[in-house]
Amino acid sequence: MSAAGFGRALRAEWTKLRSVRAWMAGLAAGALVTVLLGLLSAAGSHTSCGKDGVEVACPAPPVGPEGQAVSDRFYLVHRALRGDGAITVRVTSMTGRIRRPDSTPGVRNEVSGLTPWAKAGVIVKESTRQGSAYAAVMVTAEHGVRMQHDYVHDVAGRPGRVSAGSPRWLRLTRSGDRLTGYESADGRQWSRVGAVELPGLPGTVRIGLFAASPGDVTVTRGDLGGAAVAARFAQATATFDHVGLDGAVAGQSDDWRGDDLGVDLEADGTPHHPGGFTRSGDTFTVTGVGDIGPGTEGRTVESTLSGLPAGLIVLVVVAVVSVTSEYRRGLIRTSLAAVPGRGRLLAAKAAVIGAATFAAGLAAAAVSVVAGTRLLRGNGDVVLPVSTATEARVVVGTAALVAASAVLALALGALLRRGAAAVTAALAVTVLPYLLATASVLPLDAARWLLRLTPAAGFAVEQSVPAYAHVLGHYAPQAGYFPLPPWAGLAVTCGYAALALGLATLRLRRGDA
Amino acid sequence: MIEVSGLRKRYGQTMALDGMSFTVTPGRVTGFVGPNGAGKSTTMRVILGLDAADGGHALVGGRPYRSLRSPLRHLGALLDAAALHPGRTARHHLLWLAHSQGLGVRRVDEVIELVGLAPVARRRAGGFSLGMRQRLGIAAALLGDPPALMLDEPVNGLDPEGVVWIRGLLRSLAAEGRAVLVSSHLMSELQDTADHLVVVGRGRVVADTGVAELIEAASGGRVRLRTAEPAAAMDALARAGAVVAATGAGTVTVSGLVSERVVAVLGGSGVPFSEVAAHRATLEEAYMELTGDSVEFRAGLRASGSSRSSGSSGSWGDGR
Repeated sequence: MSAAGFGRALRAEWTKLRSVRAWMAGLAAGALVTVLLGLLSAAGSHTSCGKDGVEVACPAPPVGPEGQAVSDRFYLVHRALRGDGAITVRVTSMTGRIRRPDSTPGVRNEVSGLTPWAKAGVIVKESTRQGSAYAAVMVTAEHGVRMQHDYVHDVAGRPGRVSAGSPRWLRLTRSGDRLTGYESADGRQWSRVGAVELPGLPGTVRIGLFAASPGDVTVTRGDLGGAAVAARFAQATATFDHVGLDGAVAGQSDDWRGDDLGVDLEADGTPHHPGGFTRSGDTFTVTGVGDIGPGTEGRTVESTLSGLPAGLIVLVVVAVVSVTSEYRRGLIRTSLAAVPGRGRLLAAKAAVIGAATFAAGLAAAAVSVVAGTRLLRGNGDVVLPVSTATEARVVVGTAALVAASAVLALALGALLRRGAAAVTAALAVTVLPYLLATASVLPLDAARWLLRLTPAAGFAVEQSVPAYAHVLGHYAPQAGYFPLPPWAGLAVTCGYAALALGLATLRLRRGDA
Repeated sequence: MIEVSGLRKRYGQTMALDGMSFTVTPGRVTGFVGPNGAGKSTTMRVILGLDAADGGHALVGGRPYRSLRSPLRHLGALLDAAALHPGRTARHHLLWLAHSQGLGVRRVDEVIELVGLAPVARRRAGGFSLGMRQRLGIAAALLGDPPALMLDEPVNGLDPEGVVWIRGLLRSLAAEGRAVLVSSHLMSELQDTADHLVVVGRGRVVADTGVAELIEAASGGRVRLRTAEPAAAMDALARAGAVVAATGAGTVTVSGLVSERVVAVLGGSGVPFSEVAAHRATLEEAYMELTGDSVEFRAGLRASGSSRSSGSSGSWGDGR
């Protein structure tokens, strides 16, 4: 296949596409539908918070050192550490309370227990400002010892629960920007859990003990499909002893300060679900509510792309018809007389429809995301912040998804040679699985498999916020969480497009036109 | 030059091509005739590489069509004038074809002018009459200024003015030294256009001959005689050794004697006559005579109400 020949075929196919007014109108309509539906949905979403009986804008969630929205609500017992140093403790118990759905209406139903990611341990934190950098070594209710830092990073230590009979020793050392976590069963044999860098950590930091418990997440499936996710109050209480500090620690040995970071205040100024700590000699008991981790409450940037399936339907129709109309009118024979290379002709068609739909998708996604997030923020909605690179990936990836779906549709058109059949087939493998998987009419596993195995897997490229293993959540397609990573999902769609194009070329080569 | 050699193609039980062989040489218009279903369109599709033959080969300028880099510059073809997207203008239809061959918009405007579509060039082809579509199809065939042209039933749907135009066009294209192949199922369409004929039936060539020779042969040296006394005339001529047949009231066809001898015999026998003329067959008659032994074709003849007995195929029976 010579490059010049392919260039001519490309130019011819582009002339074909642009010279049918209905197709160009279809491309524009696909983009327009995507944008309008997305913006309409964004414009209809409002969030406000009440304060002293007055509606005010909700406070923006704190943002972590890496730019993500974070949850930074916990109880911290701390002192100031100047320069390098270390903290060592023994954790002897961890208990908690969980609020369950009320069995008698109006009567608070609280039981003993811990949520899986209830956590308590030692921490070094830049400051008591929410969202500031930190590193911590902790015991958890069901995930053993962990070392976490800067909200989104999590490293596992030894598994197992903590109890009086099986206590855990924890140690966290600071050396410059480097923080190293250790654990021990007996305070003599130590093993390293992990070491992390916190670049730009100030000379003086807060060092101390903490406790937190994320809410209890329950997912109930509705009778008509769908899932209701509820998070209820939970708190964790940990007992620490053998508290030892090394390094230049300011103040006297009893100069510990307690801070209920991020606590909400009631209308009368009293804290809502307060934490706290008590000290008896060398023993500290710390109770905390909340979580130190990534924040997932809010709209995602990709929620502004809700018009994409509708727009994609229009673009798929254009892609299919651009080839099946040639079969319908016998024009395919003219095309093959002009470009006898079957592979070259189909490749040129695919490249042109791919490029045209990519452009339409790019324009639609860029306008939807940029204008949509602006509308949402203007309406008081929290939009989970993402890096520019992630936002660009969502926009460009969406355009690539549109292009790959269109090429798949075109290839199906060339395979089936009939417009109605090919449109049906193309929508059945692209838009339909996505709608089924995200409209929560299917069991969760079925929905996930659809988004792994069908060409709809490419919708994963829209997901801007990852599912975090160390945060309990309802990570379902319905909530915008895909089973495949973004580029892997897109690769599945592209693979199907390439396969269909290959089969279409084979059919065109083998048979008479 | 287009060379077709030993093409065979079977569609299920039907033998569409059964050893089709002929050559279209430059500088003349070659008529490609035969009843519907004789294999004309299949042959043209094979030449264009659209259908694959089971055997044999077809070459354009010595090469298989599918190996040509800019095929429309080697062979211009009109297969189906209806093969247009109704939403695309005539000009854009030609433009994408031009782009596929590395040609520019100037050549598009030239061929539009040449086929007389300039006033409607920017109108969508969906509203075109069959005649306008034929002109557009011919423009597409001429686009690459090819040395060979192949037109399937180009006269279809043209108005009388268009028929005259296309005859002139085909003759001038041949006069420029191009090889021109024009198919038709109607002999009369080719009478004033073709120099040479390839007559096909049942997937193979029945005759490959010049138009003049064909008519000559079909005329068969017969003499047509008008007389008030046909019985006496037939009697006298039969005695002189001629084969005679009454072909109408007062009309007798005589074979085996030249017209001078017929006049002498009648004069010697005192039979009055009003006209003695050498019979000159039409191309249509020659064609029917030629294809008379084709079963499919007989059915066609009966349907058209003609009843000519089959003659010998003579020296032009199989021109290969």
